[in-house]
This record gives sequence, structure tokens and C-alpha cells, in this order.
Amino acid sequence: MSKIKVARKSTLIDMTAMSDVTVLLLTFFMLTSTFVQKAPVQVTTPGSVSEIKIPEHDILQILIDPKGKVFLSLDKQPDMIETLTSVGRDLGVDFTSAELQKFKLQQTFGVPIKSMKAFLAMSTEQQDKVLPELGIPTDSTDNQFKVWVRNARIANPELRIAIKADQSTPYKVIKRVMSSLQDLRENRYNLITSLKVQSDK
Amino acid sequence: MAELQTNEGGGKKKGGSKQKKISVHVDFTPMVDMNMLLITFFMLCTSLSTPQTMEINMPSNDKKVTEEDQQKVKESQAVTLLLAGGDSIFYYTGLPNYKDYTSLKLSSYKADGIRALLLKRNNDAVYKINELKQKKLQLKITQAQFTKQADEIKSGKNTPVVIIKATDNATYKNLIDALDEMQICNIGKYVIDTISAGDKFLLKNLQTRGELSRNVAN
Repeated sequence: MSKIKVARKSTLIDMTAMSDVTVLLLTFFMLTSTFVQKAPVQVTTPGSVSEIKIPEHDILQILIDPKGKVFLSLDKQPDMIETLTSVGRDLGVDFTSAELQKFKLQQTFGVPIKSMKAFLAMSTEQQDKVLPELGIPTDSTDNQFKVWVRNARIANPELRIAIKADQSTPYKVIKRVMSSLQDLRENRYNLITSLKVQSDK
Repeated sequence: MAELQTNEGGGKKKGGSKQKKISVHVDFTPMVDMNMLLITFFMLCTSLSTPQTMEINMPSNDKKVTEEDQQKVKESQAVTLLLAGGDSIFYYTGLPNYKDYTSLKLSSYKADGIRALLLKRNNDAVYKINELKQKKLQLKITQAQFTKQADEIKSGKNTPVVIIKATDNATYKNLIDALDEMQICNIGKYVIDTISAGDKFLLKNLQTRGELSRNVAN
């Protein structure tokens, strides 16, 4: 019996080409994508055919969830500190510098000014848990939302206002926010939508 | 991992330079592993699409604006859209007719609904804009020229003026859809207004098939 000779082949595969491909993909993802912001509530924006892109800087984003809770986010930390200080001054709450430092790390904020101090004292996990239940009051009797927007505008005159609301939000809530903005003479703003292809059906 | 293969043998070459031939094979497998991990991270933690946006200008709430400053909309050009709950949309043209409940008509957000109506009323402008788009495609005019001329056409004299009024039951999506139609139909003059008691009357009147107006008449 003769042994069948199995030719010993090296199992090494040249991974250089594969590496090239992955590096290219990685570069593509790094250049084209933007990081997802942490938001207290998940909203689905309605689709529109509008193709204007939102500017990347100097945005005051107003986030409205289906239940009508209102949150704000600013993209520059110095503006946030300045805004909180002046809002606190207007509504009679003083913030220490430690609290201001903590506040500027918030990505989205929306807490009635009365509970802001207690909120800032919490740990991040607790903050994430309670934030969706809070929101800035927009009622006509206690319209802190107006105070926030006015002071944010003073802190950064270049600010653009963008409204991001869930598609099932009742118009009642939107109207309240819009008329608050009108009272502040903020008549130009953007509505954030997602892309929809124009259908002829 | 990286392996150096020394290639001895091959006999003597003529020059006598006895340099060993070294072929360098670097194993890229760990590199690929790492890249794949990074790609996965980027795919999960980032979003590719930047959100779209829609720019709107709202009228000022200023009460000081005098009657003279306010532009009166020509009756024949006005179209009022009423956005009601349950994704329904109603419209009337010109001034509201409180006596006749059929003056308010039910329409839809579909292409054969409100869009067909607006496109028909805005026929001239739509035709001109399409011509302009064709010109732009043929590179006869630049983007800047296009926007300027399109704006001129949209704010032209005989284009319709659309007044959008949403009831409290309407959703944000309805509002965006209505604004979208403005863009699709190339309407330059539109305004979002608060709903008045008269409009609510019209809606109720249509629901009850003119009962309210009959009651008032009696």
C-alpha cells in the first residue's frame, strides 16, 4: 500500500487587499457620518420633499415629544453657561460655578427652573431616567420656554432656531411653541424633517 | 504573525554580491479584525443622513401693524386649507360662505387631492418653473439665476395665496404635509394662521350637513 501523499500547502491568506478595503470603508464612515446625539425622547420626524440641509453650527434645537414635552439643545458650551446664568437671573435662581460646569455637559436640557438645582445634583444615570418626564413649561401662565429662547438669543445672536417634533404631535402643542416664538419676534425658523421622495400617487 | 522568509539557495550569482533575498510577508489578519471592529462601531454610533429642514417665515404677532399695512388678499386668489383631525383636510376658495355648507369641500393629502387643485390654480407658475428647470438642466442658467427667477415667478401677481389653518386635532405631520404641497405646487405665498370661530363653524356645518346654518336662518 502506498501512502497517498498530501501536499502540504500553507494556509496563509494574503490579507493585504482585505485590509485595504476595510480601511477605505472606515475612512468613508468617518468622513460622512455624524455622531448620534443623546436625546431624552425618541422622535420620528415627518418626511418632506424639502432638500435644504440644516446648518451644522449655531443651532438652537427645540425638541417636542408626542406628549407635548419641550426640550432644548444648544451646540456650544459657552452659550449654554451664559444662557443658564441669565435664565437663572431672570427667574430668581442663582447657580454656582460647579452647577454651571455640570450643566454645560448636558446634550439636551429641559427642566423647570425650580427643579434645575436638584436635577444638576443627580448622577448622570438618574438624570437620564427623570429627564423624559420633565420638560420646559410652555403654559401661558408660566412660560419659561420664552425666557430660555430669549436668553439663548442674547447669548448668541447668530443662533438659528430649529423645531424637531414627532409626527404625531398634536398641533395644539406646536401652536403653543410657535406663538411663543412669535411673541419673541423669532419669525424665521427651520422645521426639521426627514427626506421623502415625491410620490405621484 | 509577520514572517521573514529567508531565501537561501538559488546558487551563486555571477556578481558575487551575496546578499540574502528576503521576502517580507506581513500578516494583515489582526489589522483587518481591528478595522472591522472600528467600522462596526461607526456604523452603530453614527448617523449617515443629516436631517432635512424646511424654512418658514411666520407673520409677526405685533399688534401695531395697521390696517393699511396689511395686504388684503384678492378674493379670487385665496385658498384656505383647514387641517382637521384624522388626517382629513378641507378647503374653500375665496371668502367663506357660511350659508352654504357645500362651499367647504373635503380633500386629501394624496396627489389627486389638494395637490391637483393647487397645481390647477397655479398653472402658469408651474409651467414657467418647469421651463426654468429645463433651462437649468441644459446649463443655460446658473443656480443663482434659477433661484432668483423662480422666486420672481412664485411671487408673481396671479399666483394663488394659500392660508393654512390647523385645528387642535391635526398632527404635526399634517402641517408638514400641507407645507410640502406648497413646495411641490410652487406656491410662493402661503401663511399659517390660527383657526377662527368661523372656520370651526364651517367644519361643524359640513359635518351636520348644513344643520347649523339652517338653525341660524330660522
